[in-house]
Amino acid sequence: MCGVCGCGKGETRVEAATDAHGHAAHDHDHHDHAHSGHIHHEHPHHHSPDHAHAGQHDALRHDPAERAHLVSVEQDILSKNNALALHNRQHFTSHAVLALNLVSSPGAGKTSLLVASLQRLLPDTSVAVIEGDQETSADADRIRATGAPAIQVNTGRGCHLDATMIDEAFHRLHLHDGILFIENVGNLVCPAGFDLGEAHKVVIASVTEGEDKPLKYPNMFAASSLMLVSKVDLLPHLDFDVELLIANARRVNPSIAVIKVSATTGEGIDRWLRWIGAAREMAVASA
Amino acid sequence: MHEIALCNSLVELIRDQQRQRGFQRVRRVIVEVGTLGHVDPHALDFAFDVEAKNSPAEGAVLEIREIQGRAWCMDCSQLVTIARRGAACPDCGSFTLIVEQGEELRLKELEVI
Repeated sequence: MCGVCGCGKGETRVEAATDAHGHAAHDHDHHDHAHSGHIHHEHPHHHSPDHAHAGQHDALRHDPAERAHLVSVEQDILSKNNALALHNRQHFTSHAVLALNLVSSPGAGKTSLLVASLQRLLPDTSVAVIEGDQETSADADRIRATGAPAIQVNTGRGCHLDATMIDEAFHRLHLHDGILFIENVGNLVCPAGFDLGEAHKVVIASVTEGEDKPLKYPNMFAASSLMLVSKVDLLPHLDFDVELLIANARRVNPSIAVIKVSATTGEGIDRWLRWIGAAREMAVASA
Repeated sequence: MHEIALCNSLVELIRDQQRQRGFQRVRRVIVEVGTLGHVDPHALDFAFDVEAKNSPAEGAVLEIREIQGRAWCMDCSQLVTIARRGAACPDCGSFTLIVEQGEELRLKELEVI
């Protein structure tokens, strides 16, 4: 089993990966290079100050009858992924890269939207794409047809990308001063919990889904900075209340930004690209 | 479905602890799970038994302490308790809530021998 997602050992495939990295999610050892100081930061969140050095000061409470005792740990269960995500975030910052993690249900139109965006960004802007899917390189092939470099990560039975997969894929992309789009596995549950080091999660909800998606999958909408409402060219043919979708998204995330887009007609793509431009300026300013 | 994944990470942390502290095995694993997070405690409990096999925590009891959701209501300016994300402020009905607590997913303590 993989250390993060529960997928079968050896099933994760980062495209063009060597055998040594055939199962990216399991192999944390290869991060013990210049950046190792971040990898072993074991208490990134949530611990109380009393337990800041739990490793050195075991809060032992002995039970003499059984010789059993309690040891205080106080570690986030996702601490390894979170430490690698921090490493990725620092990597992106040092490369002046804005990383966006695109999440949605399967079929919401992530890849079509990405293709439409890349066609507008290229050739003036440096871009790269990491494509996550359980199987096939079909999406990376679609992306490469635009001229953008893309790496496919197949997660096998895994249901989400994790920070290790992104670290490995990013090292192959040689992207500087540009935008990294990470297209996560189509899934509104699991990717919400796994920080990849991105600047923002962008959730895509299509008008062919239900207006109550944000209430059914609140964690993903709560974790996202922006909701793209996709396929709006289909609205005349549907009984879909866009304003209700937006109201539901704001019930779980009052500060979420919203842009309505269509990859088919190009509606809203300008606004989406302006949002990306503003996010890039913010990322550079805070670097 | 990702509870299997999370339990796999949990068992990894337990193995790290065993390497650092040198205990024989774990009898009880105490975790804190926020009720507003992405984790289903029942699925976590089931997945733990599966993932703990052939580890120092095999057969250990997983004790899940739920941490209730708390949020700051921007409209009535107070800390309120909410049962789930997307719930309204119980006092004023506003949805303009900033979650302060309830997303925890933490290995708290181990009972070891």
